[in-house]
Parts: sequence; structure tokens; C-alpha cells
Amino acid sequence: MSSTTIQHSQKHAPPSGSDAAVVCRSIEKSFGEGQARVRVLRGTDFDAKAGEMTFLVGPSGCGKTTLISIIGAILSCDDGDIRVLGDDLRRMRNGRLAEFRLDNFGFIFQQFNLLPALNAAENAAIPLVARGYSTRKAERVASEMLDKLGLGEHTRKIPAQLSGGQQQRVAIARALVHSPRIVICDEPTASLDAASGQRVMELLRDAAMDHERAVIVVTHDDRIFRFADRIAHMADGTISTVEQGKAEHSKTAVAPEDTTP
Amino acid sequence: MITTALRMLIGDKTKLLGLIFGVAFSTLLICQQVSIFAGLLGRASSVINDVRSADIWVMDPSVRTIDASYPMRDTELSRVRGVEGVAWAVPLFKSQVQVRTREGRLENAVILGVDDASLIGVPNEFLLGRVEDLALPDAIAINPAGFRLLFPGAELDVGRELELNDRRARIVAILDAAPAFAANLTIYTRYSLATTYTNPGRNVMSFIIARSGDGLSPEVVAQNITDRTGLKAVSSSAFRNESIMYIIENTGIPVSFGTVVVLGAIIGVAIVGLTFNQFIMENLKQYAALKAIGLKNRRLLAMTLWQAGFVCVIGYGLGLGAAVMFFRSTADVDALRGFYLLPEVAGGVAVLAAVIVLLSTLVSMRRVLTVDPATVFRG
Ligand SMILES: Nc1ncnc2c1ncn2[C@@H]1O[C@H](COP(=O)(O)OP(=O)(O)OP(=O)(O)O)[C@@H](O)[C@H]1O
Ligand SMILES: [Mg+2]
Repeated sequence: MSSTTIQHSQKHAPPSGSDAAVVCRSIEKSFGEGQARVRVLRGTDFDAKAGEMTFLVGPSGCGKTTLISIIGAILSCDDGDIRVLGDDLRRMRNGRLAEFRLDNFGFIFQQFNLLPALNAAENAAIPLVARGYSTRKAERVASEMLDKLGLGEHTRKIPAQLSGGQQQRVAIARALVHSPRIVICDEPTASLDAASGQRVMELLRDAAMDHERAVIVVTHDDRIFRFADRIAHMADGTISTVEQGKAEHSKTAVAPEDTTP
Repeated sequence: MITTALRMLIGDKTKLLGLIFGVAFSTLLICQQVSIFAGLLGRASSVINDVRSADIWVMDPSVRTIDASYPMRDTELSRVRGVEGVAWAVPLFKSQVQVRTREGRLENAVILGVDDASLIGVPNEFLLGRVEDLALPDAIAINPAGFRLLFPGAELDVGRELELNDRRARIVAILDAAPAFAANLTIYTRYSLATTYTNPGRNVMSFIIARSGDGLSPEVVAQNITDRTGLKAVSSSAFRNESIMYIIENTGIPVSFGTVVVLGAIIGVAIVGLTFNQFIMENLKQYAALKAIGLKNRRLLAMTLWQAGFVCVIGYGLGLGAAVMFFRSTADVDALRGFYLLPEVAGGVAVLAAVIVLLSTLVSMRRVLTVDPATVFRG
């Protein structure tokens, strides 16, 4: 089976196109050993383009989180090609991967994962501090970002003093503060009420459109599907179909070769 | 990231307090116990230190400590004086005696009898009176701690009378002798008087204290004395070490102090270890998130080390401060005279505090280093 996969990946032309921020071809990923081995990704193909919101949807356990972890350079795949912004992730060592993440990715998690002792500005400033900014400068930039996200009055509050929606906006600020090319979100609205979820998605859409970012959103939440430029449906470790979203601003047509036969 | 690391720690007040308390507690306990232990050992050699002018001690070959002497024949003195390299040699009598005041207060005392003619061996730290006063009839000098023991509440003065084994003695001087190991009350008097107070048998000489001359080292002269007389003769410093080692080897004191020190360290490791581990566990998801964002292990390790270092410095500082306050407040307590916070102890405990913190944070650091960033996406 794995040999066919390799042939399959070789059939594909090298990914091209200026706006293809993420190109995955024939990704294979299994967990566990021997009897307990589970093949989660089965030759998965997936693309995400700059300036677009790409949704990844599918039943629980089909491998969505696994796929975005691989795209986000957090998890390595067993086989296949993965190119992010033209770079081959599989050729990078661990240390380089961490730098690559810091430079190019913003992450947004379902559980926000803010540091409880740090206030909003300090939390949002972390990627900048990690890149060597002085704490003061980093927090100033972070505060500006929070201001843009409507949290100007809350920059000195710690997460416990903020609502879920506000915390997620702090997390968005943290994901965007260093102007990454790609933003990866796993269930960003799952812990939020409908109104907060809408607000969060609007902000993410603006982040994608205004700055030519690729935004990848894993979600079960059909209330937010209308924000999608494209929706990739995943089932059993492969992308079954990719449909064009209903987003009004949508400009990119779905290329037929994006759909796995 | 240092600020971030410290803000994480300071933001969690309860744990920060627990961590600092753990280090401070260990520091205080260990500083205090080690200092008192060192002070006790110092007491074991205080008499040797007080006799500054002599650099050689001669004694019966069976003697191993200043606190237990065996009498020598008086004729040994002239034999020692005859040894090549001996500048001078005088007898020293040392014994224990019961002291009673007119008011009926009874105390145990260490009594030292010095050469009648030269009065060599009396420490030169007179608070009241002069060394010459010891030539007066029934004259004794005692230390201030002993005075306060015998006459609680009274101002230091001279002229009071005491009974030493039913014989009359008069305090003519107060001298600041270091407290001895065996008793807080130390009496200095003339050799002849001391022997009458204690009624010993024929042979009474406890020690001969001597001074090396002719440009020879005390060790060489001591060896000469041993060769010529068959007595045990050692330099002052060797005798001091021997007396200290005697206590270390033959009493339960080191074990009991050692136990408290080890317990202090264990409690410190336990408190700091558990609290820090809890701190890390509560933040583990956040650490995973930081890794996902792109912080390398080196960075996270540095953050944890800064947190540990911060706890260590503050905790040690507070503990040391408390230890200093303790010894300040006990400086006037006679029972604790001679116990100081030695710089060596403070320095040693600083290293120990660092080891305690490092040991107790090791497990937590491992957790930080091994946490898989991929777990951030899992609920
Ligand atoms: N580290 C791991 N070790 C073993 N199995 C794993 C691991 N990570 C994921 N899996 C398994 O891989 C499969 C896909 O998991 P994944 O989290 O990618 O699914 P998902 O599509 O994100 O599901 P959900 O919608 O519930 O979040 C599941 O069966 C899961 O149990
Ligand atoms: Mg998932």
C-alpha cells in the first residue's frame, strides 16, 4: 500500500502557483505500533492559499487535527510531500522547524492556551519576545493589535478576568502579532457562544483578506461555514471533496485538480 | 523571555509563597543548626584558644581532649622545661568544681589554675579587675556568663564571695573567657589555690602549657618533648582539632545536628519539589503552546531555570535574614554565647539551597522538555 502511495506522490507535478501557501501531497501518518497501529492519514492531499479561508471539516476522529499539526510543523508525517511557503518541511531539523513555526505560523487553539498569570498584552506579545523584541516594544505592538481586535481597554487584564470570546481574541492577537503568513485554527469557536464566534471569524477573515494570509480553520461549527472560501471535506484520512465556499468576498475558483479522485 | 518567566511565577502568588517559604525554611533551619554546631565545636576548644601565649600542650599520653585530663607527676614540669627548644613551660590545672553562692545557688564550673608566679594562661580580656588581682588571697576571676548564672539580675561587679567545695573564694575580676563545652561558668585562679579547692590526690597537674623557642616550630618542639619525656605533647592547633574530633567522634551531637540538617534539606526539597511540580503541571498545556508557537527547549529550560533561580535567591535571602535575626536576638543569651552565623556557613548553605532548588525542579524541568507540542490541539 505504501509503495502505491509513493508512486502516487510522484505522479503529482511539483506544487506551483504563487498563492499556494500550503501544499500537501499523499501525506501518510500512523500512530502506534504493531497491532495497535492506526493509519490516520491515508495519502491525503490538501492545499491552502494565501488570502483565503480554507475550512477543514469532517467527522470526529477522521484526522483533521493530525493534518493541521503536520501542516503546522508540529508533527512529522511518515510519508508524502509537504511544502509550506515553498519550503519542504520534511527536510528541516527540529530546531529549524521551531524557527519556521515562529516565523511563519500563528496558532489558535480551542482552549485558547493563554498563560494564566500574564495579562492580555503580555500574552499576545510572546511571539515577538520569542523573536528577540524587548518586552516593552513587544507589548506595545501587542497592545496595538489588541486594540484592533476591540480589546483596547482590556490589555492589562489577565485571562481569568476576560470572557471566553475576549480570551480567544487575545489568542488571535497572539497568533497575528508577528504577521505570520499562515494562521492555523483548531475549532476556534467551539468554546464560544454564537455571537463571540461570529466576531472571532470576522476578525480571522479580515486577517486573511487584508494581509494575504492563508487561514486554515478546522471546525464542526456550521454556523461559521459562511466565512469559508473553500471547504475541504475529510473522511477516513483523506480529503473526499473540496467545495467552494459561500463567502461573499471569495475570488478564487476551485481548481478541479484539487479534488482527490 | 525572562520577564515572561518571572511574571508567570509571580502571577501565581500562592505557589510563589510556597516555593519561597520552602527555600527560606531550609535555609534558616540549616544555617541555624550548622552555626550552633560549629559554635559547640568551638566551645570544645575555647580553653585552648584562650591560652594564646602557649603553642604547645603537654599531657598524659592517654588524654584525647581538653575536657578529660589525667594528672601528671609534678616532676614532669622540670623535665619538659629541660627539653631543647622549649622557651618556657608552666603548669595548668583543669578540673570541675561545685560553686555555691551565699544565697544558696549551686552551679557546676570549669576551674583553671594557672602558674602562681607568671599567671600565664589567663585570657587577657578583663572586663573588671586586673590580672594582678589574682595574686590576692582566695582570689578568683569568673566569666560574665557565669556571673549572671550565679547572681541573676545583678550588675557585674567584683568583691562577692563564693564557696568552692566548702572553701571561701572571692571574685576579684570578671574576664571574658569564651564559654567552655562542659559548663557556662568558667573560673580562673592560681594553680595552688585551684588545687586546694578541688582536693585532688598527690599528682595534680592536668596539663603543661609551653612555648616553642630557638626558632623551632611547635610541632618539632612537641616531638622533642614526647621523645624525651614519654608524655604526649602536641601543638595548640593540633590539640584543638583533636578536642573537636573527640566530640565529633564520641558524642551524639553531630548525629543529632546532622539529622536536623538532612531533615531541613529533605523538607526543602519536598516543599519546593511538590510546589514547583504543581506549578509546572498547571502550566504544562501553556508550555506545549509555547513550543508550538516556536520556542525551543533551550528557551523553555532557561525560563524554568530563571524561575528556579528567582525562588532560590529570594528564599535564601529571607532565610538568611531570619537566621541573622535569630543570632542577633540571642547574642545576649548566655546559653548561646559564642554562636554566630559564620560566613562559611552562610556560603555553604547558599550552595545547598541552590542544590535543593535544582534537585527539586529537575523532575519538573524534564516534564517541560518532554511535553509534546502536538498535545496543544488535543482537548
Ligand atoms: N498521538 C496519538 N497517538 C495515537 N493516536 C492518535 C494520536 N493522535 C491522534 N490519534 C488518533 O488519530 C485519529 C485522528 O485524530 P484527530 O485528532 O486527528 O481527529 P480529528 O479529526 O481532529 O477529530 P476531532 O474532530 O474529534 O477533533 C484518532 O483516532 C485519534 O485517536
Ligand atoms: Mg481535532
